[in-house]
Amino acid sequence: MNLKKYFNLKSLFTAFALVGLSLGQVMAQATEEAAKNEGLGKTVSYYILLFLLACVFIGIIGKVLQVYELTRKIQGKKSGIAWDKFNGAMFAAALILGLYGAYWSYAEHGSLILPESASEHGVAIDSMFNVTLIITTFVFVVTHIILFLFAYKYKHSKKRTAYYYPHNNTLEKYWTIIPAIALTVLVLMGFFIWRGITNIPKDQMASAIQIDVTAHQFAWDVRYAGKDNVNGRKNYKLIGSLNGLNNLGLDLSDNRNNDDLKVNEIVLPVNKSVRFTIGSQDVLHSFYMPHFRVQMNAVPGMPTFFQFTPKITTAEMQEKTNNPEFNYQLYCAKICGGSHYNMKFLVKVVSEKEYQEWLKEQKPIVTEEMKKEYQLALSKQNSVNNQIALNN
Amino acid sequence: MATAAIHNPTATHHDEHHDHAHHHETFLTKYVFSQDHKMIAKQFLITGIVMGVIAMILSILFRIQLAYPDQSFPLFEVLLGKFAPEGRLDPNFYLSLVTIHGTIMVFFVLTAGLSGTFSNLLIPLQLGARDMASPFMNMLSYWFFFTASVIMLSTFFIESGPAGAGWTIYPPLSAVAKSMPGSGLGMTLWLVSMTLFVASSLIGGINYISTVLNMRTKGMDLWKMPLTIWSFFLTAIVGLLSFPVLVAAVVLLIFDRSFGTSFYLSDIYVAGQALPNEGGSPILWQHLFWFLGHPEVYIVLMPALGITSEVIATNARKPIFGYHAMVYSLIGITVLSFIVWGHHMFVTGMNPFLGGVFMITTLIIAVPSAVKTFNYLATLWKGNIRFTPAMLFAIGLVSFFISGGLTGIFLGNAALDINLHDTYFVVAHFHLVMGSAAIFGMLSGIYHWFPKMFGRLMNAKLGYLHFWLTFISAYLVFFPMHFMGLDGVPRRYYSFTEFESMNEWLSVNVFVTWAAILGAVAQVAFLWNFFYSIFFGEKSTQNPWESTTLEWTTPVERIHGNWPGEIPTIYRWPYDYSKPGHSTDFIPQTTPLSETMSSNMPHDFEGNEEAERIQEEWNAKNVNNTEEVK
Ligand code: HEM
Ligand SMILES: [Cu+2]
Ligand SMILES: [Cu+2]
Repeated sequence: MNLKKYFNLKSLFTAFALVGLSLGQVMAQATEEAAKNEGLGKTVSYYILLFLLACVFIGIIGKVLQVYELTRKIQGKKSGIAWDKFNGAMFAAALILGLYGAYWSYAEHGSLILPESASEHGVAIDSMFNVTLIITTFVFVVTHIILFLFAYKYKHSKKRTAYYYPHNNTLEKYWTIIPAIALTVLVLMGFFIWRGITNIPKDQMASAIQIDVTAHQFAWDVRYAGKDNVNGRKNYKLIGSLNGLNNLGLDLSDNRNNDDLKVNEIVLPVNKSVRFTIGSQDVLHSFYMPHFRVQMNAVPGMPTFFQFTPKITTAEMQEKTNNPEFNYQLYCAKICGGSHYNMKFLVKVVSEKEYQEWLKEQKPIVTEEMKKEYQLALSKQNSVNNQIALNN
Repeated sequence: MATAAIHNPTATHHDEHHDHAHHHETFLTKYVFSQDHKMIAKQFLITGIVMGVIAMILSILFRIQLAYPDQSFPLFEVLLGKFAPEGRLDPNFYLSLVTIHGTIMVFFVLTAGLSGTFSNLLIPLQLGARDMASPFMNMLSYWFFFTASVIMLSTFFIESGPAGAGWTIYPPLSAVAKSMPGSGLGMTLWLVSMTLFVASSLIGGINYISTVLNMRTKGMDLWKMPLTIWSFFLTAIVGLLSFPVLVAAVVLLIFDRSFGTSFYLSDIYVAGQALPNEGGSPILWQHLFWFLGHPEVYIVLMPALGITSEVIATNARKPIFGYHAMVYSLIGITVLSFIVWGHHMFVTGMNPFLGGVFMITTLIIAVPSAVKTFNYLATLWKGNIRFTPAMLFAIGLVSFFISGGLTGIFLGNAALDINLHDTYFVVAHFHLVMGSAAIFGMLSGIYHWFPKMFGRLMNAKLGYLHFWLTFISAYLVFFPMHFMGLDGVPRRYYSFTEFESMNEWLSVNVFVTWAAILGAVAQVAFLWNFFYSIFFGEKSTQNPWESTTLEWTTPVERIHGNWPGEIPTIYRWPYDYSKPGHSTDFIPQTTPLSETMSSNMPHDFEGNEEAERIQEEWNAKNVNNTEEVK
């Protein structure tokens, strides 16, 4: 190949030199800037030094081990350190420490997890979770004991040969069938709970309190359905219409919009079924209220639903968690852009009476101004239409 | 046999070729545009390692942000400029880091780096072929991959930053440039890079499949192939069937982004403007993506499992337990992996009835996974285990595979997934089963086949250090994350400071970050060991692990064409370790049964009556021995 002539050692070195030079420049620039950031150079070199020290330390240990093994060999003792024994022992230690560590994490971190479910269906989920947790923890512990103990017990020894044992059909049948049965049980339980949550009869859908949630970057807009318990129509093309007042794109020709209420927090009466209709104006978001075991994505162009019944009021939960500051929250759980991490919305569960009182204070989402703008737009349109009609 | 017929002509050709190979091999043809499968494997490996180190550094950056959300790090500003104003990561750049970290790790390291390295290295060597079916396509595959890598990394140098919509790049976030900076040019380049990447994978995959099917040496029937080859073969099939779907999805997304189509878009109002797109569905992307995405996780895992099978059998000095069951469970995983994708979509608005169906298929796939685990355990039982670094990593893989597989059982349950989806529980799950298990499989393979690639050995003691530090730190990093998920902490959060309820996790975050830094520093031991040993490592012998498989019959010098003379013939399965009655504790696949009369067993003859008769005659003459065998 005549490409070769472009590629000789010399040009290789020049290339290296060039790269080296430019690297040097970058470094110089970095240090210059570092000088601006007072003390930065110091901190960085401190950590680099620390790291190099660790490397030297490990290097020294390595050399010591090497020398030790060499001298042993020269002395004619059987070769140096028994590394198989060492690693076997490490596995035994890892087993003990690991199991303890897992226990510690279960206890320590496990105490920080969500409190008991604040919704009815969540209770079923939690019990399903516990069953799964027990089974999997059992398998986790047993298989790890076996794995690490075998590693420890059957470490290499010149005196033994391994046991030639290529297969055992009975054993293999057992450990195919037993997991299969366990998983079938889990699947069936899960399936019925899942259907129970997602497959709600029509009449129960209609009778639930209807709440409409609209997600957008980076906030939630929530409206309650008002007296008729139906949320009025929206159309994304109307967003920003009515002189910018219509930020949800309500279609005011749909009268059902008029009694809808705009709220700044979600307040739910305890033990009443609520049905959320979830939508998005821009990208995907996820309507996530972990205390209620509720999650559903907000998808532009396709309404999604989640219906459930809260069963513990905020006040009760504050008592249960021993935290007077406790509040239910709505998070966004689907990556949606820069402020994804900051889309909170307050959720409260209260008694029926408190709920009714709260509801009375909420203002209609269609304000008087919006109505005026709408009338104005209508009349304009009418006159245009009339003119067109006249001209024809 | 047809394979032999195809084979011999190429064999002689290559032999000739080899004789004067040195005369017309230049640096370029030998190291850069090489068509030798062993060199291409090394190219994949080193590129994969470089990409892995980069992705790891990215993860340390965002881990520091999570641990110290209120602190300013002037160094960040020096290094990252406007991506870290005032020494604090910009939230959008945080998402870019997460996205590129995930993309590089899943695709560039664990798909190309893993399959590309070991399929290329081992398929010809373990099957007895001079090279791949198409060496030229093989080279092409690497250079597509290399180009994809360069493009992916180049996005760090553009004004609006790299893609930031997560490695799953769900539209509309990824489709609408105005929705985040990362969805501008960075996303375009991401899509271009991934298209090239898929081309690379497909070219490679076709090559692997045709090599396995057509170029096996004499005697190497499918049931005599090592499990590594089975896993590479099935992985390539999975890739071949699923990657094209990703390309289709990507092309549609490119259309939506640049040409005004509405495959994924409908009813969108963004940045003060209603978009004209109507009738599309973001859910469509998810179906297409996960139709690849779930098989992809097995594309990542299966080669690691194959490597582990090989390493565990060799170093336990025992046959792999249940060879047939291992193959059938791989096949089972291959088939099932195509019908479980919906478990990523339980709460994304997919029809809930479908969710129920996907839950059933998902939990079925756990059965073959369980079988594999138990077979590994049974292989260790009564073994005579040599703890080479490769073996340590293989055992580590089994541990992570168990832990991560078990958490999959939670997630596969649609009812439980309602509260776990998109939380740290998912992060913990897939980092254990993929980020840890598959990486450990890859590292295990590197330590094990290093002598085959470079003719030298890696330092074992540094390997031990590397293993123990990595093993411990991986658990320290990922175990606590399960509980964050159970507390309802969503993933991909730039900081936990905005929610009162998440403050309790701040100290855990600090802990996790330091564990991650420990793990990252431990990789320096590996990198040093790897690059140092390439040049100065102890010289390897021909068969340093006393292994039975074919690659160890090639000369240490790694010549073009692999074997100097004729390609050896295969007479037995690859797992005759510690066979009773034999003088050494391993019998290479190239040893005929006629030379091992003292250790043959009835099933070795596969119903060949003539051979059985000869054996019986021999047994009759050597009564003592037969009694020993029994
Ligand atoms: C026992 C078998 C397994 C089951 C039942 C299982 C189940 C699941 C489920 C249901 C999810 C979706 C969780 C969610 O987003 O809410 C998931 C996520 C994931 N799994 Fe598994 N899994 C298993 C094994 C594996 C293996 C072997 C790998 C890879 C080697 C893997 C890699 C992943 C990845 C990467 C994700 C996250 C994708 C993302 O959202 O970014 N899983 N798994
Ligand atoms: Cu979000
Ligand atoms: Cu999956």
